[in-house]
Amino acid sequence: MSATETIQTAIDSHDVVLFMKGTPKFPQCGFSSQVVQILGYLEVPYTTVNVLESDEVRNGIKAFSNWPTIPQLYIKGEFMGGCDIVREMFQSGELASHLAEKGIDCKQPAKV
Amino acid sequence: MLGETNTAEDNMSEQGHDVAQRITQALEHALAPIRLEVIDESYKHAGHAHVVSRAGTAGGVGGTHFQIKVVSQAFEGKSRIERHRAINTALAPEMGVDGVHAIAIDARAPGEV
Repeated sequence: MSATETIQTAIDSHDVVLFMKGTPKFPQCGFSSQVVQILGYLEVPYTTVNVLESDEVRNGIKAFSNWPTIPQLYIKGEFMGGCDIVREMFQSGELASHLAEKGIDCKQPAKV
Repeated sequence: MLGETNTAEDNMSEQGHDVAQRITQALEHALAPIRLEVIDESYKHAGHAHVVSRAGTAGGVGGTHFQIKVVSQAFEGKSRIERHRAINTALAPEMGVDGVHAIAIDARAPGEV
């Protein structure tokens, strides 16, 4: 399977996919770690792809998304962004509402 | 000879400062920002493999990790992804194996809090 096929298969077969450095238990980068924490906080089921395991996937995902950095988050096949964008969307509540709109179970933040 | 001594600390500020200046110029040119802050946060990542292994450095001399805050009219009506792409494109020449490793981006249009 080519890197593009691996990526396409991952985002086609899972609602929430995080391309990251390392694993949720052992993130190898602070930015990846932040997104793992956010997804954990929202209690949303997700799959990860460790880009450090394959240079093809590591470079492939950058071309695939037209995005130069890792981590990258996909929801229902749609590219959401990297760490900064995910954090902003989390803080504003947009991430939780977007997940809910897409029919993905997650913890909705209490309205202040 | 005293004036010619080049300490590690001098290197750190100079290296980081040069890169910060190039980032600033690239963003001013591309986005004509109303507000722009370029903050060298490399010291927070001093232990990273990328920083340590950079040629000519012993444990990182700055200029690898930046936080960028931009307010620009160019972001009006643009999605977050579009804004980040505009910044990434402008800074592409600075990124790479021997260049900037990571940038944290805060991109806003005027009036956005």
